[in-house]
Amino acid sequence: MAKYIEMIRIRFLMMLAYRTNYYSGILIYSINIGAYYFLWSAIYGDKGEIEGLSVIQMTTYIAVAWMARAFYFNNIDREIAQEIKEGKVAVEFIRPYHYLTMKTMQGLGEGIFRLGFFSVPGMIIVSLIFPINFSAALSTWLFFMVSIIFSFIVNTQINLLTGVMTFFFFNNDGLIRAKRVVIDLFSGLLLPISFYPVWAQSVMDFLPFKAISYIPSMIFTDGFSRNEVWDALLFQFVWALILIIPIQVLWIIAKRQLIVQGG
Amino acid sequence: MDQVIQVKDLRKDFKSHSSRPGLKGAFRDLFNRNYSIISAVKDISFEVKQGEMVGYIGENGAGKSTSIKMLTGILTPTDGTVTVNGMNPHKEREKFVSSIGVVFGQRSQLWWDIAVQESFKLLKKVYNVSDEDYEAHMTHVIDSLDIGPLLDKPVRKLSLGQRMRCELAAALLHNPPLLFLDEPTIGLDVLVKLKIRNFLKEINEKYKTTILLTTHDLTDIEALCERVIMLDEGQIIYDGKLANLRSNWGEGKQIEFQFAEEVTKDELSPLMKELDAEWTASERKNVWVANVVNEEHVISEVIGRVVAAHRITDVKIHEISTEEIIRNIYEEGVVDGKIY
Repeated sequence: MAKYIEMIRIRFLMMLAYRTNYYSGILIYSINIGAYYFLWSAIYGDKGEIEGLSVIQMTTYIAVAWMARAFYFNNIDREIAQEIKEGKVAVEFIRPYHYLTMKTMQGLGEGIFRLGFFSVPGMIIVSLIFPINFSAALSTWLFFMVSIIFSFIVNTQINLLTGVMTFFFFNNDGLIRAKRVVIDLFSGLLLPISFYPVWAQSVMDFLPFKAISYIPSMIFTDGFSRNEVWDALLFQFVWALILIIPIQVLWIIAKRQLIVQGG
Repeated sequence: MDQVIQVKDLRKDFKSHSSRPGLKGAFRDLFNRNYSIISAVKDISFEVKQGEMVGYIGENGAGKSTSIKMLTGILTPTDGTVTVNGMNPHKEREKFVSSIGVVFGQRSQLWWDIAVQESFKLLKKVYNVSDEDYEAHMTHVIDSLDIGPLLDKPVRKLSLGQRMRCELAAALLHNPPLLFLDEPTIGLDVLVKLKIRNFLKEINEKYKTTILLTTHDLTDIEALCERVIMLDEGQIIYDGKLANLRSNWGEGKQIEFQFAEEVTKDELSPLMKELDAEWTASERKNVWVANVVNEEHVISEVIGRVVAAHRITDVKIHEISTEEIIRNIYEEGVVDGKIY
């Protein structure tokens, strides 16, 4: 286990090695939140609430959704694809660890780094500029914490799945890009799922994406009743379990027919 | 355990598709593709004892890297058995890879963006090396490879020679009993090469580390390995002492004469009567090479007769180099029957 924890530390160092990335990240996230704030204020106009969310809840939803994204988001699908394409995966196979676990840990290291040095300070800045409503209830914060951990797990699993597919397709850029758009759209990052037409909402119930962004953001904005919160956490948990199966299957097949590219 | 590596009838087939020519062909390829099976390694068998340094050589595409990858557990063999350090590399991968060290000359195993010592720290955790072992072993490794001043620099700022020495240190961090080196000296200058060779020799003597080395630089092999395994088109064509290869193939010597005036083969041939020697023309003007057996009286006889008959401006005697021997073998494809 020590080796996996060490990897988190190494990932911290790697993030710190490129400071420009860090600062530009804060800027991009702030611009995004600002843009969505003004967009939603215009849509609300003088309406008190839409689909059960007030304008303040909506702003909070958007801000939290983006800040949570800093934690669960990672590029390990792209990294896996690149390592396979460049043949670097050979080096990973001569190390006594599980490649996918190690990749997950790298994602976690990145996530924790961004949560601590990026989301929290960013959230303080954003709350000074825009009217945002923080819940006072401790339980809301705890549920939110549990929920973003599941967000990270589900999102990482989907990333691993996309990454491992490179073993079969060799060039996977299209799929990776498509996955990114699908997650932004269906996870509720851009638009809360409750704003979708009813038929689309019921389709979403059978897909894992809303576990990534919609559920933690709704919990944080107190948009769910207590019962709905438990159902939502169960939904996340079940998907985290289900997604293990295709990853394992693909991984076993991939190892068997691995071809190391380039020498 | 005496035999560190045991390989029996090892085989690896790759399925590869061939593209049809032209635009029409490309469209047909969209729907069905032509596949062909290519065997990169064809039923090879060999054994390596503990403490041996073995040179694993062959042309590009002879199957060296593929077989190394099967030995290290990266690729699954299509057929045959591999036992390394008493384990099946592919089945017990995680346990197995802790017992080997690998250096791929063409790709880095250090983390690109962070300082070398951070990579070492991570590898120390990965291989579960205790602080005492690390201190005792690595202080020595870092000293002999002279990488102390490089440890706090990020890998991307190192030169190739500096990086390669760090790679070697990283591969030896857990002091493995078996070391695979895949072209470790590729693109390095003479001094770095020398340093790496001396270090490998030292490690081999001190810890009885078994080393399997692939390279295109035969001077590496000459400096380090007693035994060579030569591969061609996926098959072993020679497995034995390097010295034997030399004595069987490199028996002769070449005497190069530069003549003062133009001579023809007809003029020269009679000089070689009753002698085991042959003339070949050099690319340069008026230069002829006599290929003779390596015996004193023949060599002096040839020189004596030539000098007596013609005016010469220069004479050189060459021994046939290992490189030439290997080149001859590659060109002929199979080793002459006399070796076996």
